[in-house]
Formats: sequence, C-alpha cells, structure tokens
Amino acid sequence: MLRARFLIPLAVFAAFIGILAVGLTLDPREVPSPLINKPAPAFNLPQLAQPDKTISQQDMLGRVWLLNVWASWCVSCREEHSTILELARSGVVPVLGLNYKDERADGLAWLARLGNPYQISAYDRDGRIGIDYGVYGVPETYVIDKAGVIRYKRIGAVTPEVVRDKILPLVKALNGNA
Amino acid sequence: MVPELGHFALILALCIALVQSILPLVGAARGNDAWMALARPAAQAQCLFIAVAFGCLTYAFVSNDFSVKYVAEHSNTQLPVAYRVAGVWGGHEGSLLLWTQMLGLWMFAVSIFSRSLPQEMVSRVLSVMGMVAVGFLLFMLIASNPFERLLPAALDGRDLNPLLQDPGMVFHPPMLYMGYVGFSVAFAFSMAALIDGRLDASWARWSRPWTTVAWSVLTLGIALGSGWAYYVLGWGGWWFWDPVENASFMPWLVGTALVHSLAVTEKRGAFRSWTVFLAILAFSLSLLGTFLVRSGVLTSVHAFATDPKRGIFILAFLAVVVGSSLTLFAWRASKVGLGGRFALVSRESMLLTNNALLLVAAGAVLLGTLYPLALDAFGLGKISVGPPYFEAVFVPLMAPALFLMGIAPLARWKQASLPELAVRLRWALAVSFVAAIVVPLAMGHWSTMVGFSMLLAAWIAATSVVNLKAQLAHVPKGRIGARLAQLPRSYYGMLLAHLGVAVFIAGVALVKGYEAETDVRMEVGDTAHLHGYTFRFTAINAVKGPNYTAERGTIEVTRGTESVVTLNPEKRLYIVQNMPMTEAAIDAGFTRHLYVALGDSITPTTWVVRIYHKPFIGWIWGGCLLMGIGGLLAAFDRRYRARARAGSAQLAGAAGLNASAAG
Amino acid sequence: MRKLLALLFGLILAGSVLAKEAPPAVPDPALEKRTMALAEELRCLVCQNQTIADSHAELAIDLKNQIREKLKAGMSEEQIRQYMVARYGDFVLYNPPVKATTVPLWFGPFALLVAALAGLFYYLRRRRSAAPQPLSEAEQARVQALLDSPEERR
Repeated sequence: MLRARFLIPLAVFAAFIGILAVGLTLDPREVPSPLINKPAPAFNLPQLAQPDKTISQQDMLGRVWLLNVWASWCVSCREEHSTILELARSGVVPVLGLNYKDERADGLAWLARLGNPYQISAYDRDGRIGIDYGVYGVPETYVIDKAGVIRYKRIGAVTPEVVRDKILPLVKALNGNA
Repeated sequence: MVPELGHFALILALCIALVQSILPLVGAARGNDAWMALARPAAQAQCLFIAVAFGCLTYAFVSNDFSVKYVAEHSNTQLPVAYRVAGVWGGHEGSLLLWTQMLGLWMFAVSIFSRSLPQEMVSRVLSVMGMVAVGFLLFMLIASNPFERLLPAALDGRDLNPLLQDPGMVFHPPMLYMGYVGFSVAFAFSMAALIDGRLDASWARWSRPWTTVAWSVLTLGIALGSGWAYYVLGWGGWWFWDPVENASFMPWLVGTALVHSLAVTEKRGAFRSWTVFLAILAFSLSLLGTFLVRSGVLTSVHAFATDPKRGIFILAFLAVVVGSSLTLFAWRASKVGLGGRFALVSRESMLLTNNALLLVAAGAVLLGTLYPLALDAFGLGKISVGPPYFEAVFVPLMAPALFLMGIAPLARWKQASLPELAVRLRWALAVSFVAAIVVPLAMGHWSTMVGFSMLLAAWIAATSVVNLKAQLAHVPKGRIGARLAQLPRSYYGMLLAHLGVAVFIAGVALVKGYEAETDVRMEVGDTAHLHGYTFRFTAINAVKGPNYTAERGTIEVTRGTESVVTLNPEKRLYIVQNMPMTEAAIDAGFTRHLYVALGDSITPTTWVVRIYHKPFIGWIWGGCLLMGIGGLLAAFDRRYRARARAGSAQLAGAAGLNASAAG
Repeated sequence: MRKLLALLFGLILAGSVLAKEAPPAVPDPALEKRTMALAEELRCLVCQNQTIADSHAELAIDLKNQIREKLKAGMSEEQIRQYMVARYGDFVLYNPPVKATTVPLWFGPFALLVAALAGLFYYLRRRRSAAPQPLSEAEQARVQALLDSPEERR
C-alpha cells in the first residue's frame, strides 16, 4: 500500500539528519586558510628585540620553519606557550615569532617572564602583516617549507597532540623530500 | 529549597507526561474509556507542575538566589526586577523551560476547549503532545537543568547580557515560543488523524483555529523581534537573515501555507495528505530551529552558549519525532482519498499553487541557512551565505505568490473562469499600475524596485476592496450595514491579514528606496539637516541608570519654525559586564521615523551622531500587526463555536456563505 | 560704548559658533559610503555572524581601514574583494560567488520551483481526470447518522 512518493519526505529528512550529525562534529568558526600551498606573504619587519634590525621571510629560504603569531594580550598564547617552548628547545624546527598588534615593551616583558622560544620575533605593530597572513584568531601557527610555501596552518593554541600528529610528521616529510 | 522544589516539579511533570503519552493512546486503540479519560487531567496536571517549576525559577531570579548556577550566570543584584523575570529565559536552560511551559499551556488549552471532540481524538492529540513534552522534559533534566546548584554560591551574578535588557526581551521570546510551539497542536491533530486513519473535514476544522492562533502569535512574535533589533542594535536594520531569524521564519512560511491548505481541506475536503504533511513540516521546522539555536552547528548572533552533548540530544529527538511522524505519514497518507473535485482554474488550484510557492520559498531559506554546513560536512570548503543571497532568491519567489494572493480569494471554488476574473479585476489592476507609477514619483524619484513593490501592494489592497464590494453586490442600499455585520469574522480576518501583507510590502519598499542618513560630528549647539528636519544638539548629560551609567544627548528636532520632538539618544555602559550599548532615540510617526543614535565621543561635548530619516518604516510592523489581528479574528470566528455546539461532523463539500467568503 | 559693542560682537560670534552646521563625521563622506557598502558584504571572522561594517571588533576596524585606504588608492571594489578572499577565503563573502561548489545553492531554489510547478501541474491534471471518489463505508455510515440525527431533521 505504500506509495513511493510518500516516502520522499522521509528520505530527504534522513539526508538532513546525516548532514546535521556531521555538522555537530565541525567547528563553524574555524576557517581554512586559502594560503595553504601558496608562497608565504612577504614581509620585512623590525625585530622585536632589536628594532634597528629587520627580518624577512626571505631570510628563512632553504629551511623548513614555523611562524607563530602571538601577542602578550592573547590568553590562548599563554596556554600554548609551554608547548611552543618545548618544540623550539627540541631543535627539530626553527620557530620564528610574529608579535601581533602588541606594545614592544609588553611583548619583551612577556618573553622575559615566560621564556623565549623564538629565534627571532618580527614586530607587527599595526597588524598589517597579520592581515596578509589572514590572521584572525591569535595564536596562529604556520609551517613553511624550504621554498617559502605555507604547508600547514593551525588556528588557536598548539597542543602537544597537534605537534605530535601534525607538525612533527609534516616537518620531517618536508625535510626529507628536499 | 525552592530550586529543589522546581526540580522535583519537573520530574513529576515528566512522570505525568509519560503516563499522558502512553495510556490514552493505548486506551484509544483498545476502546478503554478509563484510560482515555486520563488524557485531560494528565495534561492539566502536567501544565501545572511545569508552571510550578517555572515559578520556582522565577522566584530564584527575583530573590537573587545565586546558589543556582543558571541564575548566577544570567542575573545580578543590580538588575531591575522586570529583567530578572525576563532573565528566566535569558539563557539556554530557562528558555527551554519557557518552551516547555508554552507546550504545557497549549496542552492545557486543548484539554479545556475540546469538549465537543470525540474522546478518541482528544486522547490521541494529548498523547502526542505528551510525547513531545517527554522529550523536552527529559532534555532539561538530563542535559540542561536550570535548577543546578552552584557550590559555593556566587556572591553576585554575572548579569544578563545588556543586549537583552530591554522591554523587547520581556515580550518577544514568550510570543515567539508560543507561536512556534503552537504548531505542535496542528502536528498532534495530524498525528491523531493519521493514527486513526481518518483524515476528514472534521479533523481539518478542529485543527484550523488552533493553527491560525499559533500562526498569528508567531507573526506577532517575529515582528516584535524585528522591531527590537531595529532600535537596539543601533544601525536601524530590521531583518538580517541570520540563521536564527531564518529558523523562526521557515515555520512561519510553512505555517502560512498550512493555514491556507487547512481552509481548502475544511471547505472542500481536498489536499488532505498535503495538509497533514504541512502540519508535520511546520512543527518539524520549529524543532529544527530549536536545534540550530542550541547545538552550535551554525554561528549566529543569537546563539546560546553551546554544548555538543545538547546538540546530540536534540538531534536524536528531532530524528525520532520527525522520523516517526514522516513514517506514519508515508504509511497512512497514501490511503487518503483525493476529496472534492476541482478544475485546473479554481480557487483550490490557486491556493495550492501559492502553497507550493511558499514551500519553495521556505526551501530556499532552508537551503541558504544550511548550505554552508552541508558544504563543510562534505569537506568542500567554507562559505558564508548572507542577505545578498536571500534577497536575490526570496523576492522573485514571493512576487508571483503575492500576485496570486490578490486573485485567489475572488476565484470560485471548484471551477473559476479566467475571463470573468479578468473582468472583475480590471480596475484593481489599473489602480495598481497607477500606484506603481505615482507613488515613487511622489516620493521624489523613480525606482523600479519601489514601483514594482507598490504594484504588488496596491494589487493586494485593491483586490481586497473588490472582494468586499462583491460581497455587497445585489444588497439593497439600506441593508448594507446589516450585510456587513453578517459577514463572518473569518472573512474580515482574511481581508485584514491580506491588507497587512500589502502594508508590509509598502513599508519595506519605501524605506529601502527612500531612507536617508547622515553621519555628523556634533558639538553641543551644532545643527544638522536631513530631509527638511533640523536637528540641534543642545546638551549631553551624564545620567545614572539602575545598573548602568550613560551619556544622554538632547537633540531638538524642528521643521521650519515648528518644533517636532526632542530626542534623547544614549550611550550606556553596563557596569557588571563593562559593555557599551547604543540606545537609539526614535520619533515614530505614521509616515516616517526619525532615528538618532550616538556614535563615539570625540571630546566630552563633541559626538559622532548618526541620523536617519526612514519613511514608512513603521508600516513594516503595522503590516505584521494587521496580519496577526486578522489571524486572531479568523480563529475566533463564531462558527467554530456554533458548530462545536452542534457537535456533529459535517462532510466535506459543504458550500455556502463561509465557503465562498473565507480564504 | 566700545565695550558694549565688543560684547555684542562677542555674543554674535559666540552665537554663530554655537549654531554652526555640524561637519560630516568623516572627511570624505562619499568614500565612507563606498567603504561601508563594501564592508556590509564582508563577514567579520572573529564575530558571530556579523558584517565588518556592523562589528566593533578590532580586526573588523582594521579591515575597514584597509578597505578605505585601498579605495582611496584607486583599487576597485572587486579588487578589494579579491584581496580579502586571497587572505580569508570565500568565507568572508556574504554574497557567495557562483562556482562549482555553489551551483546547488544558487540554482537550487529555482530548480525546486520548477519541480514544484511541474509536480503541481501533473497533480492537477491527473486530478481533473480522476473519477469522483465513492464514499467509504465509514463515511457512508456517518452520512446516514447525520441524516438521521434530530438536529438535521429539524
């Protein structure tokens, strides 16, 4: 007695539930970066510690490196700081900082107090370079390969799991291939 | 103690709901009168216990009991009492309680106003509503208990979000919830009829007034929310196509289709399975809205703090309720007959076409709302869908529906004649074209958008007049008054609601086409000019509210030499959350609003001031009000009571005055 | 006398200062209008579903400034949209571009409309040719009951 067309609503609804169920596992606020597999945007910024010296992404060509966007006012940066420190100390990959929209003195004091994982921190006072990198939620972390191409971006705090499962294998692969 | 009492009342309500959802249903199946008779008292007791819980939570708010976690999160000792009461529904747990309370009230109303219904029907309806209540009560008790204690108690609460500290918060959520929970009645009637296997005209007549009341209240609730956004957000917008707004708009669109489809089912016995489907859909979309707001799958300005556990629960509940009702529908509705016959051109077919258009429009809104989610779920990237999309898609879908809206009430049931309709409508068409040309020019400059909108608005208004005139045709002059008094309320309700749509469209088009604004930097003493009005910034004073401090500007508005109004926009700083709020000042006139909001201060006496002249914007809400009143008028038509008294089910096809009048 | 004149002059001056026409809040209202119109279409990434125009978040303000500067520098609206998309992806656009992944979004409603109208037409035609339904047994019984009920006989 069942007629097919009366089952259509049920089928459509089942599909809806499926999509909504998958939707529950996703974070609507995490936006993938269009910069993955694109050359890292150019910058030439004063260094945080030494304002008279500059740093550019060009200086890192030929090496696989991490760019970590941070600020002293950023709460989650504190949360990830020990992880970043540990990663930097392991010496597997050089970590550079981008001090984003911060006061120079505050940034330096923050590093002095909590430890400095960065080989060098670039100082992005007005956040202009941050915009070029599509930064919207500090902290953000980029893995950049030897040719200066962005390979991975992490939005939000880096956790030990992220280091273990994403960053380290990727760095290893990028170093091995060249 | 009191919170525990509330918690206990909820548990009791759940027990009663379980009884209510099982025994009367089984009783109806087995013909056990005693079990069926349980339905009414159970529904009333359940409503009572929910009300006790609601009262306990309100008491906790009013008495500043910060040992209750929910109160500590959404209230504060400084908060005025009215907002402490409204704070009850200021967060997820309490608004869920409000939802359940509304469901309880609807159940209560059904149990009272259903004396003329067959016992089986009442039992089944209340049993289905009981099942819905079980779901919500369980959800509250398992994952969203508003009475959860906070140990140790907080010294003071974190305060209600300042955006919510507004009279709008007192009225909008209860209205809105009452509206969309009200569709549960139509849903329950449909389920009951499907279980019974008898979808006939009497089923349609019983559920019709309930549906119309729910629809009217939902209309008013949405309008209140829109009006609130208009003055509280500080930039004068009134609809943002935010996912949560869409969540209330989709049930409205489907509810509108349902109200009309029910009319046909009642009068002509046609579209029965379609009507049942719409009833299921309207309530399902209400539930979907609840899911969207509370699960965190979509970002919205309105979203509650979310928790994935809650999302899973509501999704499961949604799947069970909608899944089982659609299964029942597939099983039973295919056996339903077609009902009264009608021709390709007839009022039935026009109403059905409009139904289809409304449904497609609701589908478009649903698509736009969920598309980003679906795309993300398939791993195809992230996009945003905003107002430009909705406007581009929605308007072209609604335009033909509005055109048909003018014709359908004049068309005959069963078979209408296009040439005859054309003759009857020619002057309405002429008037509409004149309005389309004259109004934009009278407003200052030509705009195709405005012209087209005025065409539709005038069309709806003019055809309503033609309709009324047709009712008076062949009535002798002296008897016109008597004839007017004789026309049923449902007829006037229909006219009023349709006029409301016309007024709404006119308001939307005129404000979109002709609003003017200026952003100026005003020092005390400065003047600004906009649209013939002079705005003079005469003072700025510090004032202290109950829980905020504010800078209050005084702006005297004159036109020529004549004084118009003194406006007092404020920039408030809510102390507890340290959150600034812009309190716009509005002079609401019949043909225009003057809207003034303070921006940033440059010096203590120099402020950026934003001034709008918004022509006819009040008509947007005026139109909604007319729709709401029209709906209520129709729902309280005498014949529902008269026939209820007669108590006998009439078969489909009964024509007559009501049939030809109500649309 | 001179004093009085000076005073009078001073008063007039003060009066004219007090009644002066307020200047626009921004130096270039036309530019501001374009800036805001563009900002209305762009989504603020750090907010809950707000446009850059409506948001007071720091990033939104920065981006508004970027738009203003770039418009001033002569970039077109489309170029600025591209600039934003290059950094934040299609997510920033409230008006999603038509491309392979958004075809169902843009054409879905109209496909739905066509399907609905086709279904409707099919249904109406079929219906017109359908034979009138005989009453079911239950309905027959109720007709009989109605006819027999005293109220109806009256």
